[in-house]
Amino acid sequence: MYKKSLPLVLAAFVAFAAPAPAVAAEALAPPKQHWAHQGAFGTYDKAALQRGFQVYKEVCAACHGMKLLSYRNLAGIGYNEDEIKAIAAEYTVIDGPDDEGEMFERAARPSDRFKSPFANDKAARAANGGALPPDMSLMVKSRHHHENYLFALLTGYTTPPETDAEGEPIIVPAGMYWNKYFAGNMIAMAPPLVEDGVSYADGTSASVEQMARDVTQFLAWAGEPHMEERKQMGIKVILFMLVFAGIMLAAKRKVWAAVH
Amino acid sequence: MSRPAQTEKFQNPVVQWIDERLPIFTMLIKEYGVFPMPKNANYLWSFGGISLTMLIIMTVTGVVLAMSYVPHTEMAFDSVERIMRDVNYGWLLRYVHMNGASFFFIAVYIHIMRGLYFGSYKKPRELLWIVGVVIFLLMMATAFMGYALPWSQMSGWGVTVITSLFAKFPLVGDGIVTWLWGGFSVDNPTLNRFFALHFLMPFVILGVVFIHVWALHVTGSNNPAGVEPKSEKDTLPFHPYFTSKDGFALVAFLTVFLATVFFAPLALTEYDHFKAYDSMVTPPHIVPEWYFLPFYAILKSFVYDFTVTLSLLAMAGLLAAFPAAYVYFKKDVQKRNLAFKGVGALLGLLVLVTLLALVTANLEEPSLAAYLKVVIVPAALQGVLAMFGSILLLMVLPWLDTSPVKSARYRPVYKKCLLLLLISFIVLGYAGAQLPEGWPVIAGQVATIYYFAHFLVIVPYLSRKEKTLPVPNSIHEDPRCASKGK
Amino acid sequence: MDSTKKHQADGETRRDFLYLTAGAMGAVAAGTAVWPLVDSMNPAADTLALASTEVNVGSVEAGQTITVVWRGKPVFVHRRSAAEISEVRAEAWQELRDPQSDQSRVKSGHDEWLVLLGVCTHLGCIPMGSKVTDVKGDYNGWFCPCHGSHYDKSGRIRKGPAPTNLAVPPYEFISDTLIRIG
Repeated sequence: MYKKSLPLVLAAFVAFAAPAPAVAAEALAPPKQHWAHQGAFGTYDKAALQRGFQVYKEVCAACHGMKLLSYRNLAGIGYNEDEIKAIAAEYTVIDGPDDEGEMFERAARPSDRFKSPFANDKAARAANGGALPPDMSLMVKSRHHHENYLFALLTGYTTPPETDAEGEPIIVPAGMYWNKYFAGNMIAMAPPLVEDGVSYADGTSASVEQMARDVTQFLAWAGEPHMEERKQMGIKVILFMLVFAGIMLAAKRKVWAAVH
Repeated sequence: MSRPAQTEKFQNPVVQWIDERLPIFTMLIKEYGVFPMPKNANYLWSFGGISLTMLIIMTVTGVVLAMSYVPHTEMAFDSVERIMRDVNYGWLLRYVHMNGASFFFIAVYIHIMRGLYFGSYKKPRELLWIVGVVIFLLMMATAFMGYALPWSQMSGWGVTVITSLFAKFPLVGDGIVTWLWGGFSVDNPTLNRFFALHFLMPFVILGVVFIHVWALHVTGSNNPAGVEPKSEKDTLPFHPYFTSKDGFALVAFLTVFLATVFFAPLALTEYDHFKAYDSMVTPPHIVPEWYFLPFYAILKSFVYDFTVTLSLLAMAGLLAAFPAAYVYFKKDVQKRNLAFKGVGALLGLLVLVTLLALVTANLEEPSLAAYLKVVIVPAALQGVLAMFGSILLLMVLPWLDTSPVKSARYRPVYKKCLLLLLISFIVLGYAGAQLPEGWPVIAGQVATIYYFAHFLVIVPYLSRKEKTLPVPNSIHEDPRCASKGK
Repeated sequence: MDSTKKHQADGETRRDFLYLTAGAMGAVAAGTAVWPLVDSMNPAADTLALASTEVNVGSVEAGQTITVVWRGKPVFVHRRSAAEISEVRAEAWQELRDPQSDQSRVKSGHDEWLVLLGVCTHLGCIPMGSKVTDVKGDYNGWFCPCHGSHYDKSGRIRKGPAPTNLAVPPYEFISDTLIRIG
């Protein structure tokens, strides 16, 4: 009896459930990649996360902070307590004031936040020719196309074409680099990854693509550390709800069987 | 006055004891036990209860989230991230609250569409409907203020853009905006008051929902046939028939909701919502949450200033309406006078605002051409008025639609027009998400015109002229009701 | 007739089963949904991570007490003189309200250091006695101003309403002058 109205409702639902906001079509859309952690059952590849952390630590961390993460969070990518203590101890942080009112330096502890490469945003800009290297804690979540964008950006440094669409010659200013996936194509970040820029402990060969893939996964984890817990709980919850819905429907049918 | 001796209504002595002092169980039985529901009410009638459940879910998760949230510009974003990372199950609470807003709106939009389709706003349910529109407005305000709290790029700039709309009002606009902000930009005082009000509003909504349900239980529910129940043959007791039906609908709805929460929690949000607010950098593409998009599109559809030239043209048109009305209402003097008064009032208003604009205009080189270009109502103000008007219009719908037939089932033309309304609403939602250039603007404008024409022209016209199909005598004599059962 | 009745009875059983199952599942769902709400009010991961404090006691003189903050509560670190130690160890501790030897309340080898949670075991006030100018009570230890509990130089309850001795928090000596509490 409500066959007629149901499609209307469905149409409304579909239309609103999938809003497709347009984005200024300046940069090339990044190609889709396969990521182990995607999909309802996808989990993080712990080995890749640890390699990605190494890339972050040895390459990105020179300019980019991750202020939302603490060393203790590294338990989430498979490090044990002693390993985390050792990693934290590699850094010195400022603490204090002590009993004399002086700030002092000490080795970082697991409860400390990741050490930022710069004291503040102004210092970061000053050291980077006026450009602010963004914090990477939410890098994957806060960019359009998420993982695919980050991977494409890291591997998207090319020599610029001679002329643009209007036939004007393209000149990349000093201190800027050409990247086909960056909005506006001119990026202040020099190509960060070079072949064998890091040496992986597990023997994986450190190609630019491999490092980009690893660090992208590490940053995806950093933005959404509870993803595995969420999906595991989700599967249980949805299975429960489906059975519950089935029982409710059966009960409703039983109640209504006597009507008419 | 002595009370009549009460007979024992409940077998359980505790229940009986409480009920004699506070007849809460008697009330529950009356309103949710034996309460007569039209027996043909379909699953669309479950969305009121679903909406109420969403309101409760939002309130409960909101109160708990508020225990870990810090309403300060320096800490708000990080405190939300702390909830996501460190607070036990904080990620779950936040995703339920975030997606819950969307699913609350989905339920309410379906609830409103059901009302429009089956004429649930008509006599005797006008007040019920108006209270419902009030709830919708309160929800929009609450959702808007809640979106500000994570203090992301979308939060800060969304607040900036929407509050700046009030600056379009002449004379008082700038004062209102400064007052809303509590300063000269969107800053800590703004965030603080938004948090205070966002915390308060759900409880206000709960109060208004109570009135909504109260009014509903006075008139009883409408039904797909749109004829009021006449005898017991037309109704079924709320329990167990509609408790079981609504219960199933609720569980099914929550399953879809939870699937979104657990497997696609970011599907309905913007990536810029995960960047902390930067008052020096506006994101390149700023859009409101999806449930505001149709209204945002109406706002953006107004692109032409209303100038003195246009005003003069309109005046000429109104003057021409006098002889037209004279001829059209030749036989009915009363109606003719009414038409004259209406046109006259409009004309007077136009003359007044035009003169006001001309007097206050501050022209560098006064000339006829310059005077003709003086803006009376800027496009942006038209947009603001239209946006608010598009919702307030719903309040007067019971008097725009005077057709005695409630259900669109028996109104073949109205039904098609309603489909067009839905399509234009969806087109508006799409246009709202696009950059304001090119064909989406035109599509949005066409849809805006239809939206207003539907309520202001088509509905009143159809009320009189539409040839409706025969309405069943009663619910149980409705062939569509009888054939459904087995 | 009989078969109809039997049929009806079967139908009723099936109906009751459905209602009970639906009700039970609803109750389970509601109960499960409450847990995240409740648990979110327990200490968060960052709060738990800060549960230990390190104290450098190198500059504390004999007879001095310093107060440090651990989990938002005061911890008294008192360096006792040899006289104070022999005084508290001379007592017949078995007779006390909360019988504990002084030896069991300090780390052996670091007998001069007394580490106490500075929270009265009666109703949670902070006892006086850590500052030179403080009232120290009848046993020259700590004295709680709220309801007059007297503690000795081992932090044991000697007089007043408090039921137990001042608690000793978990701690360890990382070096001779560095204590980690928690």
